[in-house]
Amino acid sequence: MFAKPTTGLALLLATFLAAGCGGGGDAGGGPGAAAGDDEPMTSSVDASTAGNVSGTVSFTGTPPAPEPIDMTEEQVCAEQYSSRPTTQTVVVGDGGGLANVFVHVREGLSGHTFPTPSAAVLDQEGCRYHPHVLGLQTGQTMTIRNSDGVLHNINASPSENRPFNVSQPVEMDTERSFPVEEVMIPLRCDVHGWMAAYVGVLPHPYHSVTATDGSFSLETLPPGDYVVEAWHERYGVQTQNVTVTTGGTAEITFEFNEAMAGNPVPLAEPWVLTHQGEPGHAVGADRP
Amino acid sequence: MDARTAGPGAGTRRAAALAAGLLCAAALALVALAPTPAGAQVEGAAVYDRWCAGCHGVDGDGQGPAAGRMLPRPRDFTVGLYQIRSTGTGELPTDEDILRVIDEGMPGTAMPGWSEVLTRAERNALVEYLKTFSRFFASSPEPEPLDFPRAPGSSEEKLVRGREVFELIECNRCHGPAGRGDGTSSPTLENDEGHPTVAADLTEGWMFNGGGTVEDIYRRLRTGLDGTPMPSFSDLVDAEVISSEDLWSLAHYVRSLSPGERPPVREVVTARFAEEGPVPTTPDDDAWDEVERYWVPMVGQILLPPRWFNPRVDGLWVQALHDGQELAVLVTWSDPSRSPDPAWDEWATKVMEVMDHPDAGSTAGAGPGDRLTVQFPATATEGMERPFFLQGDARRPAYLWTWRSWQAGPVEAEARGLGAEQPQPADGQDVTTAAVWEAGQWRVLFSRSLTTEGEDDPPFAVGTAIPMAFQAWDGDNGEQGAQGSVSTWYFLSLQQPTPMAAYVAPVVALALAFGLLLLMVRRAQRREEGAQAPASRV
Ligand code: HEC
Ligand code: HEC
Repeated sequence: MFAKPTTGLALLLATFLAAGCGGGGDAGGGPGAAAGDDEPMTSSVDASTAGNVSGTVSFTGTPPAPEPIDMTEEQVCAEQYSSRPTTQTVVVGDGGGLANVFVHVREGLSGHTFPTPSAAVLDQEGCRYHPHVLGLQTGQTMTIRNSDGVLHNINASPSENRPFNVSQPVEMDTERSFPVEEVMIPLRCDVHGWMAAYVGVLPHPYHSVTATDGSFSLETLPPGDYVVEAWHERYGVQTQNVTVTTGGTAEITFEFNEAMAGNPVPLAEPWVLTHQGEPGHAVGADRP
Repeated sequence: MDARTAGPGAGTRRAAALAAGLLCAAALALVALAPTPAGAQVEGAAVYDRWCAGCHGVDGDGQGPAAGRMLPRPRDFTVGLYQIRSTGTGELPTDEDILRVIDEGMPGTAMPGWSEVLTRAERNALVEYLKTFSRFFASSPEPEPLDFPRAPGSSEEKLVRGREVFELIECNRCHGPAGRGDGTSSPTLENDEGHPTVAADLTEGWMFNGGGTVEDIYRRLRTGLDGTPMPSFSDLVDAEVISSEDLWSLAHYVRSLSPGERPPVREVVTARFAEEGPVPTTPDDDAWDEVERYWVPMVGQILLPPRWFNPRVDGLWVQALHDGQELAVLVTWSDPSRSPDPAWDEWATKVMEVMDHPDAGSTAGAGPGDRLTVQFPATATEGMERPFFLQGDARRPAYLWTWRSWQAGPVEAEARGLGAEQPQPADGQDVTTAAVWEAGQWRVLFSRSLTTEGEDDPPFAVGTAIPMAFQAWDGDNGEQGAQGSVSTWYFLSLQQPTPMAAYVAPVVALALAFGLLLLMVRRAQRREEGAQAPASRV
C-alpha cells in the first residue's frame, strides 16, 4: 500500500516550495503540483500544432468460431436475422482485423481542457447493442435507444461511477452520463442474457473503437509522448509508446491471438489525468 | 378434538422456532464466535464486529465466515450498492434507508432485523460505520430522496389498469404472467456478483426485501433494487410511457397478488366434511375455491448431511376435504419451473457452484424433477408423540405419500429415516395423485379412502387429529435426496359430519321465535285496534 494521493501531492508541493519553486517551466509539473486543492491550469488543444495516431489491431491465427445466440424467446429480434446471430465478442474481419477493441490514450496528456462532445448513441437493435463497445468522454451524454420495441433493461455496473438499472419496455430514448473516468464499464440486459456492451469513459476525446478491418485513429493530439492502450473484452490489454509530432501521423499496430484468452481483462481501471507523477494511479487506489 | 388441547399458539411457536432456528442457526453460531465489545460506549465498529461481521465480514466485504451458505450473499459494503433506498437508481441510500434495513431486516433473505436486539444508539452508530466501508459516501453529496406522493386508494378499476400496465411494461418477462417468478428471462437472471437471482414471487408480498405495503412496492418500482436485475421504472414516467397514476395502479395490483400480511401458521389443518357430495377429483375443481387454505412454511433441510441452504419452496398452501369415504388433500406452491426443464439446467449448476457444499453426497446439477412428500405416522400415535419429522426413524416409522413430476407412482411408502423409504407393493397402492403446473404454480391433489385394505396404511378416523408433515423439492434448483425443504409437524383433523340435531335445533328455534313474534304482533295489533276504535269510527 502506498500513501494516499493527497499525502503524495502534499509532499510534492512541499518539495517544490522548498526548492523555491523556480524555473522548470515544464508545462506538466506546475499545474500538476498545484492540483492539490485547486483546479489545474488548463488550456484547449491547439489544432495547428497537433498530430495524429492511427493504426490497426489484427488477430493472428485462427479465430474461435463465432458463438451463436439462441433468440427463439424473442421472435421480434430473431426475425431480423437471416442466419443465426452470433455474439460480438470476437469479430475478425476478412483481412484479419480485430473489431471492438477500445484504443485510447492512457498516459501522456496533461493540462488540457476538452469541450464535452454531443451525445453518443447506444442503440439496442435486434437484441444486440450497437456499438458493442462505446467510448465516451466524462460528462458526455449517452443516449440509450430502444429500437426493438420489446422490453430491455440497461443495467450498468461500474466500479468508479455509480451504477444504474433502468427499463425500456417500448421504443424510447433514455439519457445517462458518467462523471468519472473508467475503463471499462460493463452493461447488460437481464431480460436477454446474451446482451452485453462495454463503455469506456475518459476525460479526453482520444479514444477509438476498431472497425471490422481493425482500424482506429486518434486525431488532433498535442505533440508529445504517449502511452496508447488497446483493450479487448476477451484478450486483455496491450500498450504501445508513441511520439506525436506536429502535423505527423504516428502509425502503431497491435496484435492479439487466441493464446491471450486467459489474460486478465481489466474493468474499471481509471487514472487521474493530472497526476503525472503517478502514472496509472487509480482513483480507487485503496482497492486491491 | 384432542389436538386442539395443545393450542394453536404452541404450533405456531414451534413452526416459527423451527424456521427461525434452522435458517439462522449456522449464521448466528458463527456470529457468536465474534469478539464482544470492549467498552460500554457505543462504537459502531465494536457493535459491527460483534453482530454483523459473521456474515458481512470484518472488512465489510460480504465475506464473513457464514457467507458461503447464503444466497443472496450478505451485502458487500465496500461497493456502496444498496437495494432498499428512497433515492433514484444508482444513488446512495439515505441514513434513514440504511437504518430501516437494519431495524427490519430483509424478509426472504438471511438478513435479520435488529430493532429488538440493539439499542437505537447502537443502530445509529452502525449506520455511520457501514458508510465508512465505501469511499462513495465521503466523496458524494448528501443523497436526496425522491419525492414520493402519498398512496392513492385502490379500486376495482385501478387493479384492472394495474394488470394492464404489468403486461404493457412487461414485468411478466421476469416475474411471469401471474407473478410467481417464472418469466421467460428468469432462468438466466444474475445479480452484479454473477450469482443466480430469483425474480421475486409477487404472490408472497411478506417476503419482499423492502416490505410489502403498497408504498413499499411503489418505492421499489421507482428506485429499482440496485445490484439486481430489477430495474427502476422512474424513467418511464418521465418519458410519459406511463403516468404516475399508472405506476400506483401497478403497485396496487402487485399488492393485491398476496394476502394482506404474512399468513398465520395454524397447527391444525381441518379437512372439512363435504356436505355437497363426493370430494373433488381434480386440482382444478372450482369446489377448492371455497375450501379454507392453510399456510405451511418450509425451510431448508439443514439437520442431516447433505444439508441444503438454498431451498426454493418456502411454503405450501394446504387444503383438505373428506366426504366420509374419501380424503382429498390439495397442496399448492410456487415453483417457477416445471422440472425437469432444460431451460433451467444451467441454473442448478450455477447454484451448486456458488453455494458452499461441505457435505459428502451433494450432487451437482439439476435433480430428476419436482417432488412433494406428505408424511403421517405409520402407526397410531398418542397425544403429542410423533415420529422424527424427517421421515421417521427405526422405532417410529413414517407413512409417506410422494408425488413426483418425472414419474407416476409409487405414491405410498414407509420410511424409517430420511431417504430410507420402502415403497408399498404395486398392488397395495391406494393413493391417487393428480397434478397441474400452471404459471409458476404446482397444484397436487392426493386422494385416499379413509380406510383401505392395506395393512400398512394407517386409517384416517373422522374426529381425530393425525400428525402430518411435508417435504418439497425443486429439481431445477438442484434439489434431490436429503437436499430439499421441510416443514415441522402439523395435525390433520377430519371434521365430523354435522349431526342432524345441529340443523334441527336452529330451525325449531327460528320457528319458535317467529311464532312468538307473530303472537306479539297480533296482540299489539288487537290492542291498537281497541284503542283506536272510537276514533276510527268518527
Ligand atoms: C445471518 C447473516 C447476516 C447478519 C448477521 C447480518 N446480515 Fe446484513 N445482510 C445479510 C444478507 C444475506 C444481506 C443481503 C440480502 C439481499 O441481498 O437481498 C444483507 C444485507 C444487508 C444490508 C443491505 C441493505 C440494502 O438495502 O441492500 C445492510 C445495510 C445490512 N445487511 C446491515 C447489517 C448490519 C448492520 C448487521 C449487524 C447488525 C447485519 N447486516 C447482520 C445477512 C446478514
Ligand atoms: C429484468 C427482470 C425484471 C423485470 C423486468 C422486473 N423485475 Fe421485479 N424483480 C426482479 C428480480 C430479480 C427481483 C429480486 C431482486 C432481489 O431481491 O434479489 C425483483 C423484485 C421485485 C419485487 C420485490 C421487491 C422487494 O422489496 O424485494 C417487486 C415488488 C417487483 N420486482 C415488481 C416488479 C414489477 C411490478 C415489474 C414491472 C414493472 C418488475 N418487477 C419488473 C426482476 C425483474
